[in-house]
Amino acid sequence: MGMNDTNDLRKKNGLMHPSVDKVLVIEGTHAASHAVRLAKVQVIAAYPITPQTGVVEKLSEIVSHRELNAKFIKVESEHSAMACCIGASISGARAFTATSSQGLALMHELLHWAAGSRLPIVMVNVNRAMAPPWSIYVDHNDSLSQRDTGWIQFYAESNQEVLDTVLQAYKIAETVSLPIMINLDAFVLSHTSEPVAIPKQEVVDEFLPERKALFKVDPAEPHAFGALIGPEAYMEMRYKLFQAMEDAREVIRRVDSEYSEKFGRSYGGLVEEYCMEDAEIVLMTSATAVSTARIAVDELRSLGFPVGLMKVRAFRPFPVDEIRELAQRVHKIGVMDRNISFGATGMIYQETKAVLYNASVRPKLFGFIAGLGGRDITPETIKDIYSYLLNHDAPESETIWVGLKSGQEVRPEGGNASSAAFGQNENV
Amino acid sequence: MIEIRMHGRGGQGGVIAAKILASAIFKEGRFAQSFPSFGVERRGAPVLAFTRVDDKPVRLRTAIYEPDHLIVLDATLIKSTNVFSGLKHGGTILVNTSVPVELARFPEEYTVGVVDAADIAVRHNLGTKSIPIVNTSILGAFSRFTGVVGIDAVVEAIREGVPIMPDENAAAAMEAYEAVKSTALERVSGKVKVN
Repeated sequence: MGMNDTNDLRKKNGLMHPSVDKVLVIEGTHAASHAVRLAKVQVIAAYPITPQTGVVEKLSEIVSHRELNAKFIKVESEHSAMACCIGASISGARAFTATSSQGLALMHELLHWAAGSRLPIVMVNVNRAMAPPWSIYVDHNDSLSQRDTGWIQFYAESNQEVLDTVLQAYKIAETVSLPIMINLDAFVLSHTSEPVAIPKQEVVDEFLPERKALFKVDPAEPHAFGALIGPEAYMEMRYKLFQAMEDAREVIRRVDSEYSEKFGRSYGGLVEEYCMEDAEIVLMTSATAVSTARIAVDELRSLGFPVGLMKVRAFRPFPVDEIRELAQRVHKIGVMDRNISFGATGMIYQETKAVLYNASVRPKLFGFIAGLGGRDITPETIKDIYSYLLNHDAPESETIWVGLKSGQEVRPEGGNASSAAFGQNENV
Repeated sequence: MIEIRMHGRGGQGGVIAAKILASAIFKEGRFAQSFPSFGVERRGAPVLAFTRVDDKPVRLRTAIYEPDHLIVLDATLIKSTNVFSGLKHGGTILVNTSVPVELARFPEEYTVGVVDAADIAVRHNLGTKSIPIVNTSILGAFSRFTGVVGIDAVVEAIREGVPIMPDENAAAAMEAYEAVKSTALERVSGKVKVN
């Protein structure tokens, strides 16, 4: 492949768009930090936790070098971090925090406060498995456990998408008055360096003007946030929050297409389809597994198998219309969840099933669990799933675990629970 | 796609080297991805870092199991860990060592390169004699030894990628570029037989 071909690929991937200031080879955490700088965030409050630390480290550097005029608040816990963001956002400022796993869990109470107060806070969460057993590796149980707090949730596939989604998120959040959580996979994105186009500040400014809060804490014109309210109005406020999330669907689609016009990169809104033309069998999944799945789909397509892929980019609001429309076109849908709801199934599978119950067309639905606690999801993992879908008319059970070792294999060698025994760098 | 695995110890700069390598590749017009071993890094403990190189954007997001090239920042790791694990047949191994290449004993299926990166680093004031920072020297050697990436791009990426002392790091890389010795060269001249 010559230089001209790679140039074409760089163009196609939005790396040579006129909006691009420079392309840096950076890790996912730093892609988030650069987006926060470009969004001209005014208050950052965060507590470090692996593997989120890079986001905050880079931001503290950016603020201390005066590349961003923001108040950087060091706090003693994630609970306080979110409290600071809520205070800042109530006063009309653009606020940001980042966390992961146990840190997100500690924030839980205040996630409700942020959404209930309709504050457009943006947070980056690096998806890390919940303890115990203690883990620093990726799965999605941390953020999916927060699904009913009223936060919009995005899952990113690449470092570029992390940067682009943070910028989109402020625009969406400030339009619908809801907070947004952007999720990226621990290590697989957070600590992986790859080319990221950094947009020009002036183009970002045009896309994302400064925040104009409808209401804010101001002694000259007092407002109350989160005050006690009786049964006569609480339900209406909940309905409004529900409606804001419904409205967010169209806003997410619109902002993505606006973004595409300005920056030359688009992610399809709530979902993105890949190789869906004439596809009979489709796999739905999210985050970095989508990237690896594209390779498996290309390979299976080249062998003549009618397979396609649907990337679930937004989990809240859930892509109801997109999935119902998909159901009309395919025979079988597989869902690969990197999470598990104990006593039920994978969560995206669960929600997909719920969406299809009242749909006019209901293809066979299969739920797979893979990649928990950082278990590698390889092209072979994905091909195993497609193979199951191709060879079964219906799932043999509600939850199909992929790549599970037998009890004998799982036992750590010599009783030493080293990472090697659990498949991390197991050959090294 | 070319896959490179770097073996070092926490504090030697392997993770930064993998990142600088990715950046150099991108400067040359190709696509690259780099990542550390997904674990907790501690000073002195064995650390892995990886770089993928391709003509198109790298979509594969898994560990590297069968690398084409190995870079070993600390030769003691060869005894204490299985550095050859998964290395492709005909792959290359570049080792930071003062042992001459004709004395380096490796399986014959691999091409071996050696460079005394520690000595070069110390002479350029990169770290101390007991803890030399060898990551930039080894990249210069890697450029010459494998031809995967040109020395100009490596030096440019080093200047941008190191936190301090860009001139010293660049000079060390260029010296290592000249100093690296490999069994491929020796085999051609028929001087040694490597077992």
